Amino acid sequence: MKTRRIGNVPNVSRRRFIISSAAAGGGLALGFQIPFAIGAAAAKGASPAGAEVNIWVVVKPDDRCVIRIARSEMGQGTLTGLAQLVAEELECDWNKVSTEQVTPGRNLASKRAWGEMGTGGSRGIRTSEDYVRRGGAAARMLLLQAAAQQWNVTADELSVSEGVITHAASGRKTRYGKVAAAAARLTPPDPKSIKLKDPKDWKIAGKPLQRLDTADKLNGSKVYAIDLKLPRMLHAAIKACPVFGGTLASFDESKILSRPGVRRAVKVNASTVAVVADTWWRAKAALDALPIVWDEGAGATESSATIAERLKEGLTAPLAHAFRNEGDALKAIAGAAKKIEAVYSTPFLAHATMEPMNCTVKLAADKAEAWVPTQNAEAALAALSEESGLPLAQCEVYRHDLGGGFGRRGGKQDYVRQAVAIAKQFPGAPIKLIWSREEDMAHDFYRPISQCRLAAGLDEQGKLVGLHLRISGQSINAQANPAAIKDGYKDDRQLQGYTDKPGDAQFGYSVPNLLIEYAMRNSHVPVGPWRGVNTNQNAVYLECFIDEVARAAGADALDFRRTLMAKHPKHLAVLNAAAEKAGWGTPLPAGVHRGIAQFMGYGSYSAAVAEVSLSREGKLKVQRMVLALNCGHAVNPQQIEAQVEGSVAYGLSAGLYGECTVKNGRMVESNFHDYPILRLAEMPQVETVIVPSHDFWGGVGEPTISVVNPAVMNAVFAATGKPVRSLPLKNLKLA
Amino acid sequence: MAKLNINGKVREVQVEPDTPLLWVIREQLGLTGTKYGCGVAQCGACSVHVNGEVQRSCAIPVGSVNATDKIVTIEGLSAASSHPVQQAWAQLDVPQCGYCQSGQIMAAASLLAKNAQPTDQDIDEAMTNICRCGTYQRVRAAVHLAAGMAKGGSARARRKSKA
Repeated sequence: MKTRRIGNVPNVSRRRFIISSAAAGGGLALGFQIPFAIGAAAAKGASPAGAEVNIWVVVKPDDRCVIRIARSEMGQGTLTGLAQLVAEELECDWNKVSTEQVTPGRNLASKRAWGEMGTGGSRGIRTSEDYVRRGGAAARMLLLQAAAQQWNVTADELSVSEGVITHAASGRKTRYGKVAAAAARLTPPDPKSIKLKDPKDWKIAGKPLQRLDTADKLNGSKVYAIDLKLPRMLHAAIKACPVFGGTLASFDESKILSRPGVRRAVKVNASTVAVVADTWWRAKAALDALPIVWDEGAGATESSATIAERLKEGLTAPLAHAFRNEGDALKAIAGAAKKIEAVYSTPFLAHATMEPMNCTVKLAADKAEAWVPTQNAEAALAALSEESGLPLAQCEVYRHDLGGGFGRRGGKQDYVRQAVAIAKQFPGAPIKLIWSREEDMAHDFYRPISQCRLAAGLDEQGKLVGLHLRISGQSINAQANPAAIKDGYKDDRQLQGYTDKPGDAQFGYSVPNLLIEYAMRNSHVPVGPWRGVNTNQNAVYLECFIDEVARAAGADALDFRRTLMAKHPKHLAVLNAAAEKAGWGTPLPAGVHRGIAQFMGYGSYSAAVAEVSLSREGKLKVQRMVLALNCGHAVNPQQIEAQVEGSVAYGLSAGLYGECTVKNGRMVESNFHDYPILRLAEMPQVETVIVPSHDFWGGVGEPTISVVNPAVMNAVFAATGKPVRSLPLKNLKLA
Repeated sequence: MAKLNINGKVREVQVEPDTPLLWVIREQLGLTGTKYGCGVAQCGACSVHVNGEVQRSCAIPVGSVNATDKIVTIEGLSAASSHPVQQAWAQLDVPQCGYCQSGQIMAAASLLAKNAQPTDQDIDEAMTNICRCGTYQRVRAAVHLAAGMAKGGSARARRKSKA
């Protein structure tokens, strides 16, 4: 089973592609219209309107089924999950399934027939499951209809299993590969006539199948974008002004031109310079030797301290966005028998994907092409078009599977723009731009920094009567989507996980008097989504403070939560599932302590129990983590487990070590020696409980990361009796 | 000019002697299975075997490599991914994005060559490569599985590590 890329054939229209691929491969494409899917895509996307054709399945004469995938694969397993959903309805032989990727140029030319391609927000499966399953089902109906016509019977007399069609009455059998050509000439079924399977009848979806994309990751043969080779290709290394917002004043090309292989040093944009050479190492070495003068600008006076000061002011500033204001929290707390107050903080974080940012661009007079690891191939296409000046129809992006994404390679596509700007200065030569790790650490779109001030009131019986939570921090929307901020300061996005509305990221507690506020305090540091985005910090603030309140009430951390969760049964169910699996309340070995947390994000419910040990010298080890997740339909349970395990590693890297500090307007941390990442020896034993639920579709890649650190911090609180109110833990004295 | 013995073949390359072996492998020799992750011997994505020892090739100047040194990259580890480590990795679906896995596999193969039955602590000490996807739990299970396989063993695929 191999993953093949269809987009590597440039300059072919979609229709021509279907004809030529049918001729070349001997197979054919089954096309069908799915108007309701189109409606959904049009509502979200950039190019609406009109009837569209959806093309998901190619059947080869030897029965191999090629399933087309529009979402990006970056390790999260969406490629396999989507193929399972199509194959389930197609009723093909899973052992004969392979996948191929759709390119954004073809998607656009087909009026976004394949729907949205952006892959973030844990949406890959949950927002495309309906139309991909209908795609598989429609293909099955056409194949059965073709067989029925050959045999002069009706399709409802036929059955199919693993691509073998049977007419029971006559004992005749045929295979998908034999009827596929005829099926392709039939009129697609009316989408309304398509009845999807009841998930309880699933045989391929819902099963812990192995991934389709493992083989070439084991022997070095997988071609990531960074590995691409094109004829006449030149290599670029890049450096932007280390101070955010600063600009490039000058550079002295003459000092490096005599170096082997070096072609030129070029200005990329107002803040950025690149060196182009015949190999990347020569370009990088020359860039390191290039004299550069920066105009550092106003940002150069900023530091972690000045930014923290600004955030601190926001914690008590008179004006803030009252996101939720139920009852009278301030009055309830003021009149409470017992008051609890705390201030929490979390730092900037870098994504540090293992594969550094890169993009290869080839420009011709009438065609612009880019090979790029991107979470948003359509945004990459738009960037390519804008930067090259060529219309979208003359641009194409070939999406390579990503060596990690985590939100870094979504909307901005900064590396695409840079590669185009360089390629424009080298006519006729494809340019491969690779960032060094140092550039990646210096110019990320960091997880935004925030602080949180909390106050709670308990009555005489230890019952929570009021909760006030104010976040002060940087807004992603302020840079990425200012129009989403009402009245210039009301940004709901930063309150992810605190909403009253069910469905996506609902607050799991009922509090009679509740005030949740946001004070936007921005800095010059670029920010963006980072796996789990705001659920990470918001879960830390809420869940660690709830532990403080529970302790003040003299209650057990689990029991106290339960009393607040009667109206949130799904939240409660995962909390109970994690507690039960972890043996909450049972004795632990000496020196081992437990913490618990729950939160909701990306349409899914998560809870965690952490067991940590703390030596007398204050050395912390996370020993075991039990995570419970209710993501609704579980398309591939073993890959869900892999995502949960991965979220623990990504979360703990942040919780234990992660911190990007600002000094003289730039990031201090530059590589893995000063931005440490969790290693195998520190990985706790992870146990995943998938809480079954068949009434919704939730995300998987991001939800569980939110509960990792609060559970660990609460375990440390249990160990020391002192609440942990800031991350990373490496900065705290725990002894 | 440098002479290198890579995956059993002697190759000549025209390159400055201070060029890291990693970039010679990737750019002059065109073997891109060995990855760039940090350039400072921190992450291990560039791990190769030099005379049987796992080494981080981003920190080895090519000028310090002798023509007699035997370098093995992921492409040369086995024919058709048949090394027990590769088989165990496949069986347990270890990779997520896969970018670091060449290095993880080379580190694991080196460990098992010296220590056929590593303990968890041995694995902790030997497997220091960074994986951002967080595949560590399966990496550990797969090293144990590969050890069993290499022994000619009865190790059955365990989907999960619940040690």
